[in-house]
Amino acid sequence: MDFVDYYKTLGVPKNASAEDIKKAYRKLARKLHPDVNPNDKEAHKKFQQINEANEVLSDPEKRKKYDQYGENWKHADQYEQARQQQAQGAGRGGFGGGFGGFGGGEEYTYSSGDEGDFSDFFESLFGGSRGRRSQAKYRGQDYNAELQLSLKDAYATHKQTLTINGKNVRVTIPAGVENGQKLKLKGYGSPGVNGGPNGDLFITFNIKNETDLKREGNDLYKVEDVDLYTALLGGEKTIETMSGKIKLKINPETQNGTKIRLKGKGYPVFNKEGQFGDLYITWNVKLPTNLSAKEKELFTELSKLSS
Amino acid sequence: MEQDELIPVKDFCIYHNIEYSFIDSLENSGLISVTSVQQSAFIPLDEMSKLEKFVRLHYDLDINLEGIETINYLLEKIEAMQEEILQLKNSSI
Repeated sequence: MDFVDYYKTLGVPKNASAEDIKKAYRKLARKLHPDVNPNDKEAHKKFQQINEANEVLSDPEKRKKYDQYGENWKHADQYEQARQQQAQGAGRGGFGGGFGGFGGGEEYTYSSGDEGDFSDFFESLFGGSRGRRSQAKYRGQDYNAELQLSLKDAYATHKQTLTINGKNVRVTIPAGVENGQKLKLKGYGSPGVNGGPNGDLFITFNIKNETDLKREGNDLYKVEDVDLYTALLGGEKTIETMSGKIKLKINPETQNGTKIRLKGKGYPVFNKEGQFGDLYITWNVKLPTNLSAKEKELFTELSKLSS
Repeated sequence: MEQDELIPVKDFCIYHNIEYSFIDSLENSGLISVTSVQQSAFIPLDEMSKLEKFVRLHYDLDINLEGIETINYLLEKIEAMQEEILQLKNSSI
């Protein structure tokens, strides 16, 4: 554990006035505050350091103690014992039991969970969480991440592990997320400062459509080719849907561009388990090409019949 | 928007010990939106983190409204750029 020069941290001389310390702290805080340095861990760390320096130097009692022991802080216990022996029962001095921290008199105390916000040097000189003055709590920064999924991936609810700032986060992705949709994971952002709440993690979905289906909300659209003879005389055709193959009946004399609706065969409705949109099939009647002489003859005959 | 997604401006000011006029100035400059229900002003829940940030900038760091506007504009640009960098990183993998 190294000695921390709080004056150096704030860039002020040892004889700086309370006003100078306040000014120096404010100036650095404006530069390093987590609110003006989104997703910047280095600035966040430096902000904690200037906060700690200000915590000590802006408090006359703490500053006195810090100045008294300075770089000899490791021997502070011995000094204190010697001083108490000299006083011979004249009662305790300003510090309650060596370096256990300042007793009472402060407005707020922190829970032990906040101790990590201060350096070991601070903990050693001023004790644990006891007696700290209240500091503003800041919510951690939000993190933004982008997740690429295929249309097939987003069709079913599934779990995926994402690496966010070196941490693995297992996320459940509900079926039916849309392209560009943002999902908020509360508390998975940057940790809060001084016991403030963590930020949130926002995942933006980038959905790539690698299929021949068009998605509009929860409905899917598909164009299917059908040969002239099946369109005219009727028949059946097997088509691929997101949930597997299905056989469709084609009515006789089906016109080109005819649209049929398959209820519940579309895309899952987000956050509504078991609910699906519809699938619309548009029949695209393909005319035969490279007709043989016989075919031409028959079509000519048909043409004469219909005129 | 449901009622429980709205925070009364009065309660927010009492909790943070701040002046109502500050919220008013933020709204007038378009930095936050305030909703009125039956002549009472409310802050939508999704505006809260932004508003708390402005309160910290003003009351903890002594930044005036014009400064907050500038910072907000630059932060939005930084965040958009950070998002773009992330997207480019993702697409190059």
